Amino acid sequence: MNHRDEPVTEFVQGSLSARPCISEMDRRDFLKVLGGGLLVCLTQTSSWAQESGRGFGGHELSKELSAWLHIAADGEVKVFTGKVEVGQNIRTSLAQLVAEELRVPFDAITMVMGDTDLTPWDMGTFGSRTTPTMGPQLRTMAAAARQMLLEIAAQRWHVDPAGLTAAGGKVTDPQNTRSLAYGELSRGEKLVKTVSSEERLTPAPEWKIAGTAVPKAEGRDFVTGKHKYPSDITRPEMMFGAVLRPNGFNAALASLDTSAAEKLPGVKVVRDGDFIGLVAPDAFAAQRALAAIQAKWNVPAQSSNQGLFAYLKNNPENGRDDGPQHVSGSVEPALAGADLKLEEQYSVAYIAHAPLEPRAAVAEWIDGKLTVWTGTQRPFGVRDELMQAFHLSPAQVRVIQPDMGSGYGGKHTGEAAVEAARLAKAAGKPVKVVWTRSEEFTWAYLRPAGLIEIKAGAQHNGTLVAWEHHNYNSGPAAIGTPYSVANQLIQYHAAKSPLRQGSYRGLASTANHFARESHMDGMAHVVSMDPLEFRLKNLTDPRLQAVFQAAAEKFGWGRLKSTPERGFGIAGGLDKGGYVATCAEVEIDAASRRVRIRRIVQAWECGAIVNPDGLRNQLAGAIVQGIGGALFERILFADGRILNPHFAQYRVPRFSDTPQIEVVLIDRKDLPSAGAGETGLVGVAPAVGNAIFAASGIRLRNMPMAPRSGVLGEPDPGFRS
Amino acid sequence: MGDFVLNVNGARLRVSASAEETLLSVLRNRLNLTGTKYGCGEGQCGACTVLLDGRATRSCLVPVESAAKAKIVTIEGLAQNGKLSAIQQAFLDEGAFQCGYCTSGMILGATSLLHERHNPTEEQIVEAMEGHICRCGTYPRIVEAVKRASRLLAPGASR
Ligand code: FES
Ligand code: FES
Repeated sequence: MNHRDEPVTEFVQGSLSARPCISEMDRRDFLKVLGGGLLVCLTQTSSWAQESGRGFGGHELSKELSAWLHIAADGEVKVFTGKVEVGQNIRTSLAQLVAEELRVPFDAITMVMGDTDLTPWDMGTFGSRTTPTMGPQLRTMAAAARQMLLEIAAQRWHVDPAGLTAAGGKVTDPQNTRSLAYGELSRGEKLVKTVSSEERLTPAPEWKIAGTAVPKAEGRDFVTGKHKYPSDITRPEMMFGAVLRPNGFNAALASLDTSAAEKLPGVKVVRDGDFIGLVAPDAFAAQRALAAIQAKWNVPAQSSNQGLFAYLKNNPENGRDDGPQHVSGSVEPALAGADLKLEEQYSVAYIAHAPLEPRAAVAEWIDGKLTVWTGTQRPFGVRDELMQAFHLSPAQVRVIQPDMGSGYGGKHTGEAAVEAARLAKAAGKPVKVVWTRSEEFTWAYLRPAGLIEIKAGAQHNGTLVAWEHHNYNSGPAAIGTPYSVANQLIQYHAAKSPLRQGSYRGLASTANHFARESHMDGMAHVVSMDPLEFRLKNLTDPRLQAVFQAAAEKFGWGRLKSTPERGFGIAGGLDKGGYVATCAEVEIDAASRRVRIRRIVQAWECGAIVNPDGLRNQLAGAIVQGIGGALFERILFADGRILNPHFAQYRVPRFSDTPQIEVVLIDRKDLPSAGAGETGLVGVAPAVGNAIFAASGIRLRNMPMAPRSGVLGEPDPGFRS
Repeated sequence: MGDFVLNVNGARLRVSASAEETLLSVLRNRLNLTGTKYGCGEGQCGACTVLLDGRATRSCLVPVESAAKAKIVTIEGLAQNGKLSAIQQAFLDEGAFQCGYCTSGMILGATSLLHERHNPTEEQIVEAMEGHICRCGTYPRIVEAVKRASRLLAPGASR
C-alpha cells in the first residue's frame, strides 16, 4: 500500500484544498484534479439508505454519493470513503474487499478516509455498520470498475469483453495472452461512471485477498512513531490553546481575573460568551497561563452515585413513558401461571471510554475557510458543529480525521475542534488544543448508567413462558431476548441523566446482556438445570446455538465442576449481526473475596470473515475492555464533579488483569459479513458474574461487580478484584 | 526560558524551554518528535515512555533540565538504517496493536526490559509492563511480541 503521507498529502495540498466539497463538484472537475483516469461513483441503493440514512441532519443518503474510486494512469487505486480508522482495522479490511473485486494486489489500494472535502458524506463510524454497509458498497463499486476496464480493453482489441479476464491489475485476452495494465487502460481517459445497483459480487468461498490475514495497512508506521495522530499534527506558526473549565457541572462564573495570565509573554486570553480560553506560543506556556487565571464559580448542589438508580427510575425523560418496544402474548397471566419465577434488579454504572489519545484538534483559518484536523468518529458531524458555531457553509469547513488513538464510541462529538477553531479565529494563527486526561474524564460524555428489572417465569421442565424486561436509561440496544418465550414485554425507559452521556462501544447491549444472561443463569438455577442446557432448550436460533456449542466445547463445559475457589460461567447473545458466546473461569480467594479471571473462551460468528487476524485482535480487545466494566470501572461523582478523573483512581484493565483468552471463529462464508467492533464485549460481564455465582452462590447484579470500594447507600457484596 | 542541549537518538539538539517543562512536552512540541505520546501526564499510562541512559522513563514526569545530561532514545531512534529493532519487528510480526497509540511506549518499555533480562518469563513481562495502558486491550499480543523479541535477540538467533 502506498504510504498515506505522501500521495494523499500531496493530493490534499493540491488544488483540491481550496475547492468546495466534492459531492458538490462536477465529477469531471474531480477527474481534472486527479489527472484523468477512471472514476467510479456509487449512489446508495434504497436498501442501504433505509438501513443507515434515517434521522441524521436531514441527509438523505439515497440522493447522495456514498463512495468513489479512482484509477490513475499509473495504476494506483484510490478509494474514498467517509468512514474512519480508529484501530478497528477497516483501513485494511475495506482495502482487502476492494482489491478482491477489482482483482488488484492489496498494495495497489490507497484508502482516503474521513476527510470532508475529499470523501462522500457519511453519518459516522459506529454501530458496527462499516463492514455490513460500506463493505458491500465498495465491493459493488470495485466490481463495476473491473467491468468497465474489461469493456475498455475489449473496445481496444475489438473483441467481446466476456472472453477477457481481469486479474493482478491487468486485463488479459486468454486467446493470445496479450494484456493491458489497468493504468494503461485508464490513461488519457476521463471516464466517469455512476453505479447504483448491486453488481454480481465475488462469493466469499472464492475470495483470495478478502478473507485472509493481511497485516494492518501501514503497520510499520505504528512501530516507528511515524504515523501522525490528530494530536501530532502541526501547522506553520501554530499556537497552543487551553480552555478554562468550571470546577463543577452547571457552574456559574462568579468572578474572573485574567490579568496575571495576560502579562505572560505571547499569551492572549479569549473570551466569547461562556467560553474562556487562551493561546500561547507553546504548550507549556499555555498551561502555565491557564493556571494563572483566577476564577471563582458557583456550583449548585447536584446528585451523586448514591441513590442514582432510583433517580433514573423515577425521572423519565420528557416526563412521559413511550410504551414498550416489544409485546407478545400476555406476560401478566403467564407469570401468574408459571411454575417457577424469578424477579431481580440489575444495574450498570457510568463508565468512561478513556481513549488513550484524548480529544485533540488543530484548527486553521485561511481566507475564511476553516480546516480542522481532529480525532472523531463523525467528521461530517463535527463539520456540522463547526458550521453552526461559526455560521459557515459546508464549503467553508473542512474536517480531516487522521487515524486516531481510538474512541470506543466516545468521540462522536467535536468539542476540541470547536475550541481550537474559536481560539484560532481570535489568534489569527493555527491553534492546537489537546485535552488533558482529567478534561477527557470530566468533560467528554460517559457510557450511560442504567437500572434493569427482569421478571421471568418457566415451567418445571425448563420451558420459559414469560419474560418482562425494563431498562431505565442505559438504552434499548439488544434489549429483546433471543430466547423463544411466548409471552414477552420489553421496554426501554429514557431517563434524565444527571451526567452527560452518549454512545459507547456496544451501547446498551452490554447492560442488557448482563441483566438477561445473569437472569437466565438464575432461572437455570431455579429450574435446576445446567445453564447451557437451559439456554439451548429455550433457543431456536441456530447461529446462536452454534456459538454456544463451540464455546462450550473449547472451554470443556460439563467436564468442569465449580468449587468455592473456582467458578465456571457461560453467557451469550447477539447484536448487530454478530453472535457471541463467552465462557469464563474465575478464581476467588475465600478470605479476601478477591476475584481473578483466569480464562475466557469466546466463540464468535459474524458471517463471512474478511480478515481473521484483525477479527481476533478486535475480539480479544473487546474481551479485555469488557473486563474493566465487568469488574472495576466506575465513574464516581458528587455535586457536579467527577471524583476519579485520573488513571490512578479510575482503574482500567492492565496486563495483570488479562486472563488467558481463546477465541473460536466460525466462518460462515455463505452469509454476509457483519461488523465485529462491538458485540464481542457483551458476553464477558455475565459470564464472569455467572462464574462467581457458580463458585460462591452469590449473585452479583451490579456492574462493576468487584470495585475497589462500595458506594455509600448501595449494598456491597464485598468482592474485590 | 533556558537553553538546553539534549542528546536525542544520537544527535545533539539545542532547544530553548523552561527548565521545568517536561521532556515529553519538549520532545513533542519543540523538537517535533511526536512518536512519544501524551496519555495522562501523570506517570500512570506509559504512553510517553522513552529511554534515559537505556532505562524506560516516563517523559511526562521528567523536567527537561534533568534530562540534559542523559542519552535519550525515543521511538524514532530505534530503527537503524531503516532496519527495525528486534522489538519493533516483533510488534509488527505479532500485529501487537490496534489503534497503535500505546505502541511507542510499549516498545520502549519492552526494550528496557529486554536490556535488563534477556529471557523474561511471562510473569516478569507482566510485572515490568504493568504501568503501560493499552486501552484497546492488545495485552496478550504485546506479551507474545516481547517473547518473540527475546527469542530474536537470543545469542545465536538469526534475524
Ligand atoms: S503520559 Fe506519561 S505516563 Fe501517561
Ligand atoms: S493499541 Fe490502542 S491503546 Fe494500545
